[in-house]
Amino acid sequence: MVNPNIQGKKYPATTPYLVGREKIREFARAVQSTNPVNLDVFAAQTAGYADLVAPPTFAVLIQEKGLSAPLSDPEADIDFSRVVHGDQRFIQSRPIVAGDELHGVLEVTSVKSLGAHSMVTFTTEISDSKDELVCTAISTLVVRGDA
Amino acid sequence: MTMHSVPKLIELEIGQSIGSAEYLLTRDSLVRYAGASGDFNPIHYRDDVAQSVGLPGVLAHGMLTMGAAVQLVVDWVGDSGRVVDYGVRFTKPVLVDGRDGSVVVVAGKIAQIDAENNRVRVDLAATFADAAVLGKAQAWVRL
Repeated sequence: MVNPNIQGKKYPATTPYLVGREKIREFARAVQSTNPVNLDVFAAQTAGYADLVAPPTFAVLIQEKGLSAPLSDPEADIDFSRVVHGDQRFIQSRPIVAGDELHGVLEVTSVKSLGAHSMVTFTTEISDSKDELVCTAISTLVVRGDA
Repeated sequence: MTMHSVPKLIELEIGQSIGSAEYLLTRDSLVRYAGASGDFNPIHYRDDVAQSVGLPGVLAHGMLTMGAAVQLVVDWVGDSGRVVDYGVRFTKPVLVDGRDGSVVVVAGKIAQIDAENNRVRVDLAATFADAAVLGKAQAWVRL
């Protein structure tokens, strides 16, 4: 059972993640994107961006960095082997582009019990090197309890 | 290169289809996504591990299904940077056959029009073997 007292707990910012062109291309190919702004610098710049644009779900990389803290926090008591991804949302303040240096601050925004299961919602505010918000990633994990 | 023209809000109506597409997810796709995302949970590439935790077999990463499904919207608007808000619920896993892979069918329609902010909400239906794999899959697109 996930400790309900972790609701409201905020973890320290993740170390900066430098978004690289080749990582954007690799991620884009993995999600079957053929969108030129993800793959071709000239196309991205023609569309008005500074550099390659990351696909809409790219911020998961920074969210995952943030999630490692609560998942290894003894106070939270989350058994990762019982975790199922319930839902996911990315709210972009602006698109992520190559060259961004991003860090995430993760907060446990909700812990709910559903029978033997727990549902934990994490909200990660992802900001750039000027500390301006780029993306808010909201993830709900379902932690299965004993049947 | 010819530039894709962005759909015009005034020409759209609620319920209108943005089309549909099929995404083939093979074991190769899963390995590729594992590498790209850093999610190396072995239930996404090893049958024995998947079965040992009570699953019928190797499953696609939910985040891969989510990431592929939105490509329908990206292709419709022509620019992934215009997807400003995208959320899904994972309702059913996609079981990926070792030889043939699995096809996820995605269809989208206009569900809401926000003329003031020049944005529309596209709702996606994603199915595998005729069952919905994503619920409440909604993407807000800036036009």
